[in-house]
Amino acid sequence: MQMPTPSATVLNKKSHIISRLLDVLPAASVISDPIQTRAYECDALTAYRCVPMLAVLPANTEQVSEVLKICFEEGVPVVPRGAGTSLAGGAMPTADCVILGVAKMNNVLETDYENRLIRVQSGRTNLSVSGAVEEDGFFYAPDPSSQLACAIAGNIGMNSGGAHCLKYGVTTNNLLGVTMVMMDGEVVEIGGGHLDASGLDLLGVICGSEGQLGVVTEATLRILHKPVAARPVLIAFDENEVAGACVADIIKAGVLPVAIEFMDRLCIETSENFAKAGYPDAEALLIVEVEGSEVEIEEQLSKIIAIAKRHNPVELRESKSEEESAKIWLGRKSAFGAIGQISDYMCLDGTIPVSELPYVLRRIGEIGREYGLRVGNVFHAGDGNMHPLILFDANKPGDLERCEEMGAEILRLCVQVGGCLTGEHGVGIEKRDLMFDQYTSTDIDAQLNVKDVFDPKWLLNAAKVFPLSATETRRAAS
Amino acid sequence: MNPINEAELSEAIKSANEPLRIVGGGTRQTLGNAVNASTTLSTAGMTGITLLEPAALTLVVRAGTPLVDVQAALDAENLQLPFEPMTHNTLLNTSGRSTIGGVVACNISGSRRIQAGACRDSLIGVRMVDGAGNILKNGGRVMKNVTGYDLVKLMAGSFGTLGVMTELSFKLLPKPATQATVNLHGLNDADGINVLCRALGSPNDVTGVAFANGNAMIRIEGLLKSVDYRVGALKSLFAVHDITVDLNDTATWASIGNVEHLAPDDGAIWRVSVKPTDGPKLVQNLRDAHVTLNAVYDWGGGLIYLSLPDDLNLRDHMGGFGGHATLIRGNGGGAPKMQPQNKLVAGIEQGLRAKFDPRGILNTGIMG
Repeated sequence: MQMPTPSATVLNKKSHIISRLLDVLPAASVISDPIQTRAYECDALTAYRCVPMLAVLPANTEQVSEVLKICFEEGVPVVPRGAGTSLAGGAMPTADCVILGVAKMNNVLETDYENRLIRVQSGRTNLSVSGAVEEDGFFYAPDPSSQLACAIAGNIGMNSGGAHCLKYGVTTNNLLGVTMVMMDGEVVEIGGGHLDASGLDLLGVICGSEGQLGVVTEATLRILHKPVAARPVLIAFDENEVAGACVADIIKAGVLPVAIEFMDRLCIETSENFAKAGYPDAEALLIVEVEGSEVEIEEQLSKIIAIAKRHNPVELRESKSEEESAKIWLGRKSAFGAIGQISDYMCLDGTIPVSELPYVLRRIGEIGREYGLRVGNVFHAGDGNMHPLILFDANKPGDLERCEEMGAEILRLCVQVGGCLTGEHGVGIEKRDLMFDQYTSTDIDAQLNVKDVFDPKWLLNAAKVFPLSATETRRAAS
Repeated sequence: MNPINEAELSEAIKSANEPLRIVGGGTRQTLGNAVNASTTLSTAGMTGITLLEPAALTLVVRAGTPLVDVQAALDAENLQLPFEPMTHNTLLNTSGRSTIGGVVACNISGSRRIQAGACRDSLIGVRMVDGAGNILKNGGRVMKNVTGYDLVKLMAGSFGTLGVMTELSFKLLPKPATQATVNLHGLNDADGINVLCRALGSPNDVTGVAFANGNAMIRIEGLLKSVDYRVGALKSLFAVHDITVDLNDTATWASIGNVEHLAPDDGAIWRVSVKPTDGPKLVQNLRDAHVTLNAVYDWGGGLIYLSLPDDLNLRDHMGGFGGHATLIRGNGGGAPKMQPQNKLVAGIEQGLRAKFDPRGILNTGIMG
């Protein structure tokens, strides 16, 4: 992975920068020991690593502001980091950067059930936001798979999705306001407890900007009352295409389940071997979940089951208890881990129009055969967000490169059929160099112009999201 | 100027040597601060649905397409725009036909915003021409897309100041089979908003929560049995109140969304966005100050339309409440229609406009 040459000027004044940071942070919050900074060398995209110059762990907005002010004055690149769970390399350091970790900032600042909102520091984990309100019957809807570990800061940076976003939307649809520190240390408040902030929708562009516009330190999030109950049905088919057609028919019928998950044979078999969820022997499997009271669940499921039966499923299993529901989800939730047990893999994240599912699944199979690599499919079928898992052997010379080439070809396929490179993981470094496959240079320039306004010196996470060639002039000018 | 496609629009903007006023259907021309431009650029020539795919819940439509045409096409497929856009014809006494581009430019959302999100939440892609005449796009036609910055959201509610939108993509929702409204009668504002907040905080997935004329209205939508069940749940939640239930009363919700209650009033009309529980407090403060007013609350109390004496600047009374107030109609004590931003935010907005519209010719000054 090509990264910009580290700045010798910055590296040469490392000790000066450390002493300035120690003026504003407790000693324990400034990490400069090369053994300790190694902990920050990568995120969940572990194929790429680089030890940062320093890492800092501020405890509040004021400290973040002080740190950024110093970095701004000294011209030091900053890479913000939530919990380090990015699958796209969004938090991967450069050798001359300060990693700004928000992990210490994990307090709940306010819960307001009447107005259905919670205000948290951005280092709080996704699941613990729900945890703070669940005793009172509420939850925070976006549920990325990494929700046990991932931080709200990263969720906002990547505009994270999850399995239930068909009904509840993704992060941007559940974010009401942020406190954000700009690169020069200024603190800006956008939005809050009211809906739709006045002026331009800055919140909309901040969410999903991959830590390139500012460091979000606090967030106001929408919380919802938990549904009375939820129940999944498992539907298995002997052809991928038929499963795809069933998804389209469910959506057309006017029932909107909270989740429609898809797994193909490789994923079914692998997760069955691993998790023993009792999955049937089938080519494709759907998990369709609906929510509500008993009456509502039955009404929705009877419609869904009637549609599914028209497609001659090889098995149709409606959960009859909490245990059965958990078992139906167990295999799906174990899929990534199960694949990880049998092989190294790369997880893609392209989105396609749902109508193109059968064609794209077929083409992915063909591409896999061309490259001689196995590929499994497990994804959110209701919204077309695919997660092809390409299996490779990291110890075999050339296999990673072949896998990356194959991944790029699948992502180009997603774009060709009207979709996009990434549905919920973000661009990071991983898909940076494919951006011109989706956007023209004029389209990209418009985005770079936005960064110019927020971060004119191009110090924040600057080597990500866009091809280095597109940002070179701007980065050099800083 | 009346371009019929993107290329013509690009040429028109490139060749413009004076400020332009951007117009869709002309139904909301007085929203926002005054624009000092003698040349009008209309999007009305760029019409038509380019893609409507029910199985993917996706619509792609050119910006000048009248909203009624969009809605008719969606009706035929039993689909709807989730955000239930209002029309301003009654409130602003205008006669044109609202265009979908105008809806997006002003981020117009109606009662369902509280459950299904605003216009900006359903918008998944834009094509546009910026102030330099560049044709560009952002987003696409899929509902999950984090590829690069989300300029789609930035365009929604930008009032034409960043570019002229030519084509828009939306995520759609199936039309609900049934709709019911639970009405609680004879409440004061504070009790009414308390009812709305409790309904929103219940697991009944309400899709409209409004309060007008002492009447709290709670809307439930979905499959028949489910609606029936939830109406029952709400009735027992509020058992001590005077309750009636209406079925499929779309006219009442249209009149709430279009603020028809206040349209005949004299004086100024303001639109206020606050935390729902702050709504009745703000109104009570005004009443305590002996201000004559009428109020209609939507979004559980978070959106208030107020008719106020024309010489009163509501923002002088907003102290202590977060949120913002927009003057929709009238003089409002001479206040600018759009709420001025603090210096830092204003600086960012100015910076963005300078990038997208370097010559400052697109609806200049309309947002302040």
